[in-house]
Amino acid sequence: MKSFKGFERPDGTAGARNHLAIIPSVACANGVVAAIAREVPEAVPLYHGHGCGRGGARDLEVHFRSLAGLGRNPNVGAALVVGLGCEVIKAEYLTYDIAATGKPAEFFEIQSEGGSRRAAKKGAGIARELLGKLESAKRTDIAIDRLTLGLKCGGSDSLSGVTANPAVGEVTDRVVAAGGTVILTENTEMIGTSHILERRACCPEVAADVKSMVETADRLTHDIMGPLASLVIAPGNMEGGMSSIQEKSLGCIAKAGTSPIMEVVDYGVAPSSRGLILMDAPGYDMESMTALAAAGVQVIVFTTGRGNPMGYPTVPVIKIASNTRLYEAMEDDIDLDAQGALEGRTLADVGNDVEELLARVLDGEETKAEVNRQDGIACLYTVNPAF
Amino acid sequence: MKADVIVINEADNVAVAMRDIPAGGEVALPGGGTVTALVDVPVGHKVALVALREGDAVVKYGESIGVASMDISAGDWVHTHNIK
Repeated sequence: MKSFKGFERPDGTAGARNHLAIIPSVACANGVVAAIAREVPEAVPLYHGHGCGRGGARDLEVHFRSLAGLGRNPNVGAALVVGLGCEVIKAEYLTYDIAATGKPAEFFEIQSEGGSRRAAKKGAGIARELLGKLESAKRTDIAIDRLTLGLKCGGSDSLSGVTANPAVGEVTDRVVAAGGTVILTENTEMIGTSHILERRACCPEVAADVKSMVETADRLTHDIMGPLASLVIAPGNMEGGMSSIQEKSLGCIAKAGTSPIMEVVDYGVAPSSRGLILMDAPGYDMESMTALAAAGVQVIVFTTGRGNPMGYPTVPVIKIASNTRLYEAMEDDIDLDAQGALEGRTLADVGNDVEELLARVLDGEETKAEVNRQDGIACLYTVNPAF
Repeated sequence: MKADVIVINEADNVAVAMRDIPAGGEVALPGGGTVTALVDVPVGHKVALVALREGDAVVKYGESIGVASMDISAGDWVHTHNIK
């Protein structure tokens, strides 16, 4: 895969999709966003559950960065931010941030428009106008070094680290070798492998960042789960064949292939380097997918052993089953059966299959999650409880 | 012949069962050759490719996932009872 057919964006990024995103600045605006989406079905709503009941610098920073990042993502051709009026994370500021990429971005506030019905009407009008601007966009050849691939696993089983994840690792190595960027996240899935990841860091600074991220994830797991922290490797994992936390995490990081780690970035931050990147985000699927989308990935490859139908509103999510039993049980939701593909073949062969599928999805072929509209909501990492 | 196990990295000294392997079952190795399972090895679990002594690293993904807590024979089931 040398290139894909994508949409050039004014800021030099390139999208695999051309969405109009409707982004509520706060959860209070979800209803109006929904009304706009009903009126303008081609628009992509990014519902979320966050608002002014959150405080503290960390949460405000992460939430602002994430919501703006969702609008900045190259798959989004234009954005409409719907604000309430009295919120802390103002629709206006989010819009400025998104507009700095050069893409069309507008906002309005429900309180200024005279309530939800008038706001919905106004929003639908703006949405149709923005869609008009997107219509003329055409896919052109985009070199693979402009690809940022997000990696995920969810509902892993004993074969995840044996079939699907190593096959994805093959593709990660190829994308990195071609000059592209791949982001591995889910910090809890790195516990037990810090020494290995540090060894792969490109330089001592990055090694220190890796160590710090994994130590914090480990400590947090202990703080929250107490003596049950060892359940990060659960009885179910052990029955499935996992003998140690190292083995479980090695199975997870197998998605990241073998290349050096160039940078560790915070939740939702776009990498400044190319190559293999680690992102500090939790294992929780909904929050880690938002982190990847906010960082600018054009596509997510998501391996699963138990089955997960979730996609993401603005980013195509490719589902790879670790085992054939799952593929057959949830065929409507799974794009590739890694175990079936491996019969009589090598992991490199399955890597080829994943790469071909990735190329087709980048060019516009819908994943099962896109076909099924399994979009979900944008969950954002949050440290403080609401008040 | 379909491989009953997968060896992920050429440095590995264990393979992972792709299906339940009964005790006595001859396991076809992906590179050729066989090893005989000494006990039942359930799908997803590990079988030793070579003999390991107590204290030897159990290697999977090219890295140590633990050390043998007792001597392990080729074809043995490798799990929490003999890894620490």
